[in-house]
Amino acid sequence: MAIILDHVSHIYEEGTTMEVAALKDVSLVIPDGQFIGLIGHTGSGKSTLVQHLNGLMKPTSGHIYYNGADIHEEGFKKKELRSKVGLVFQYPEHQLFEIDVFSDVCFGPKNMGLTEKEVQLRAYAALKQVGLEDDYFYQSPFDLSGGQKRRVAIAGVLAMKPEVLILDEPTAGLDPKGRDEILDQIAALREETGITVILVSHSMDDVAKYVDRIVVMNQGSVMYDDEPRNVFRYYKELEAVGLAAPQVTYIMQALREKGFPVKTDIITIEEARDEILRALRN
Amino acid sequence: MLRDITLGQYYQTDSVIHKLDPRVKLVATFVFIISLFLVDNFIGYLLAAAFLVCMVKISKVPFRYMVKGMKSIVFLLLIAVFFNLFLTPGEPLFSFWKLTVTKEGVRLAAMMAIRLVFLIIGSSLMTLTTTPNNLTDGMEKLMSPLKRLHVPVHEVAMMMSIALRFIPILLEETDKIMKAQIARGADFESGNLIKKAKSLVPLLVPLFISAFRRANDLAMAMEARCYRGGEHRTKMKPLIYQKRDRLAYVVLLAYAVVCVYFGRIFTI
Repeated sequence: MAIILDHVSHIYEEGTTMEVAALKDVSLVIPDGQFIGLIGHTGSGKSTLVQHLNGLMKPTSGHIYYNGADIHEEGFKKKELRSKVGLVFQYPEHQLFEIDVFSDVCFGPKNMGLTEKEVQLRAYAALKQVGLEDDYFYQSPFDLSGGQKRRVAIAGVLAMKPEVLILDEPTAGLDPKGRDEILDQIAALREETGITVILVSHSMDDVAKYVDRIVVMNQGSVMYDDEPRNVFRYYKELEAVGLAAPQVTYIMQALREKGFPVKTDIITIEEARDEILRALRN
Repeated sequence: MLRDITLGQYYQTDSVIHKLDPRVKLVATFVFIISLFLVDNFIGYLLAAAFLVCMVKISKVPFRYMVKGMKSIVFLLLIAVFFNLFLTPGEPLFSFWKLTVTKEGVRLAAMMAIRLVFLIIGSSLMTLTTTPNNLTDGMEKLMSPLKRLHVPVHEVAMMMSIALRFIPILLEETDKIMKAQIARGADFESGNLIKKAKSLVPLLVPLFISAFRRANDLAMAMEARCYRGGEHRTKMKPLIYQKRDRLAYVVLLAYAVVCVYFGRIFTI
């Protein structure tokens, strides 16, 4: 159940004076069950890339394969693809529209043509997965807090039981507690179901803590594609393109410069704590 | 998916017409259109054409942009021409089937066609040389005498500028919402009319909520900067007539008099 991008390019307004190459010859393999972080400065092509994965956009050249089938070939059912590759946009709470929370979450499965019973079971399960209490199920989505609305929107996509979940900046505009809650929930979901997750983010700290693999986009091309630890080694190059390393990495660098013998390829707070303690003991 | 619709298609150059006060352009377009309908013979239309061609040349806007506006009235034009050509009573020229083309018919059809085409070109000239905000400023200034009759001139003008300002923003929002719902399996294309209308609910509800939210935020932002309506409100760039505007009015008056006079005394 892999997604393969084969030399995908996407040019906006091709042939006019305003043409912009958003994606330049991008090739990626997204295997089953991986937790991938997609980072890049504004304009790097992240959102464009992500909209190709579920067939919302068509590449100007190149192919996209889902489980071996070319998704833009004649006869391929994109609607089905979208129930398997779930995409949660930035500020997803803006898409809520139903009379109550439960109906809104039912929208996705209903569009899949499932039976009424199955639709309701899935909606219920999805809402539980995002940790929303039962009392909110029949309230208007517009009466909820920002964080709750966002969870409802995510549940709306989860209710379709996708095999791949793509989240575009799920923590945008949330306070630190809200951010941790959502990311922990996603990580837990992945533990439980083995779903593939692609997290598009601006926050290196978020990404470093949760993902197995980081893909760095810069001006439409893939700059780095590796384990977080390896990618953040290049923090100077990342800074040059408007990104950075996790805050903790800088602290470790600073400590080392002051003569404290710590390793510098640290990317999470827990690792930093362990490493500092280790250095202190020796 | 949805491309930005540039309203009125303002074409940027620096021509004398671009620099004219928007009030002059509004009045001129109005006078021009009236002249088109007061004129009764082809001499008048020739004068109108000459005037129009001069203005287009001076504006430095490529002619093809004027023609763009015609696409929308092609249908209307054909209907007007057709009806005038075949259904006008008078001296018959030739006929086929039961339809007779009369001399009067040809004349009327030609005049109708000319009027419509010149009307479109004239209005296009105005919108191509004036930014939407400039236009609303001009309209506000022109309508200001109505304030004495308690007509909310300032409020109307402010509403128009805000609406224009938000069109691209709301278009973008529509695009985003559409994509988000499509990603959940929404289908805006298939089905009969009723089904299609129903399928718009997941698009329209969030869009309206978003628009209201923005309106709320904008109102608060405006009040936080002491906006209290049009009372005693000054402008950063007030519309003040320059020499060229007064000259333009003289030229306009000359055109109007000459065109309508010669356009009515003969019968050609």
